[in-house]
Amino acid sequence: MCTVCGCGGHSVEEAFKDHLKKTGQEAESHKPAPFAVLAEPPKGAVHSHNHTHWHTHADGTSHSHPHNHSHSHTSGHAAAEAEHPHGEGHDHDHAHGHDHAHGASCGHDIHLGHGLAGTEVPGMSQARLVEIETDILSKNNIFAARNRKFLAQKGIFATNLVSSPGSGKTTLLVKTIEMLGGAPLGVIEGDQQTTNDADRIRATGAPALQVNTGKGCHLDGAMIEQALARLPLPDHALLFIENVGNLVCPAAFDLGEDAKVAILSVTEGEDKPLKYPDMFAAAGLAILNKVDLAPHCDVDLDLYEANIRRVNPTIEVLRVSARTGEGMQAWLDWLAAGRARKAS
Amino acid sequence: MHEMSIVEGIRSVIEEAGRAQGFARVTKVRLEIGRMAGVERAALDFAFDVVMNGSIAEGAALEIIDIPGKALCFDCEKTVEIDHRLDGCPLCGGARLLVQGGEEMRIKDLEVL
Repeated sequence: MCTVCGCGGHSVEEAFKDHLKKTGQEAESHKPAPFAVLAEPPKGAVHSHNHTHWHTHADGTSHSHPHNHSHSHTSGHAAAEAEHPHGEGHDHDHAHGHDHAHGASCGHDIHLGHGLAGTEVPGMSQARLVEIETDILSKNNIFAARNRKFLAQKGIFATNLVSSPGSGKTTLLVKTIEMLGGAPLGVIEGDQQTTNDADRIRATGAPALQVNTGKGCHLDGAMIEQALARLPLPDHALLFIENVGNLVCPAAFDLGEDAKVAILSVTEGEDKPLKYPDMFAAAGLAILNKVDLAPHCDVDLDLYEANIRRVNPTIEVLRVSARTGEGMQAWLDWLAAGRARKAS
Repeated sequence: MHEMSIVEGIRSVIEEAGRAQGFARVTKVRLEIGRMAGVERAALDFAFDVVMNGSIAEGAALEIIDIPGKALCFDCEKTVEIDHRLDGCPLCGGARLLVQGGEEMRIKDLEVL
């Protein structure tokens, strides 16, 4: 295939060779010419190719910018100029899906555009290749970056609490709020249905906002942005985001939080971190909850911890019982350290 | 089931790029998916067909470029290639590996008309 104008290809190889001959090109010489040709385009021989690059930056903003370069066909179209209807400096703007009429204009009657939908042109053919190079979750990451910036400006330390349903996230939160005794904080509750969890938090006197995802299996950055707009949070507050009870999907969706906290109750089985590794890999802290039940469940707490660390060697692990209060102080200390870091 | 959300993300990126760059049809989508991205390929294929219906990428071919997993072994302190999150270190047998690559989920490029 002609790498300059995109003409040619498998089924039109002979015609393509003709095209090269007629336009005075060797296959070798049919290469992009230097940018200098932009200044003074030779008659009828400049192709301006417009590749657009669309990309997302680390800070989450995305944009596209044109990437123009011109090429000159070395010895020009002089011989064919009489039959070159669009004459001087013709622009081929591939960005508009323009059927490349180059062959036709040179008198070959090759309508390459027609071959595209068919099967005769294999592989990438002359269809335009658009570089995207974008994270699939870039949309979510844009919202997450905005949330993170907003939270940083207010010095708010945000945790994203993730676990299977029933591991005790809400009970842990209620106990935490009670023990924090009126410290500024807010809670965003994610569930598929009902406001039960937010109601339980509000009963403690703390502001809470319920986000019902309907059929959604996780909270995403956009939901948190909406929630933050409605939840009044003073500077240097703690923000708890209780994600939908699901040990799989929330791992992939950044909300803009400072840390994911994975909660695992001792009734769930020591091998749970191995069965659902993604969540424990994404978390900065694991809370092994309901440790007061350990003697009744015949479980090995050390094995729990070892399995969590096997998935994520850098994770911190705390053994807690939200019901009896065991280990709660270590969790409060962890939160206080996070808040102090964020405020400084 | 977050393959569905993932493909919805792909659709919105494609449609945005289509508007920005003026193409009206996508014939092929190439993704780079890490081995440890937590994406199930069969589910992704299925979700792709369903979600792209009615979009500019309806009927487009989906090509997935496999990105191998990379991890730092805490025992031998070497960077090694692994297939699964729970694999041991292929060099020293160490079990404590910090995953450093293979979690990518990117749209590489599109073939458009």
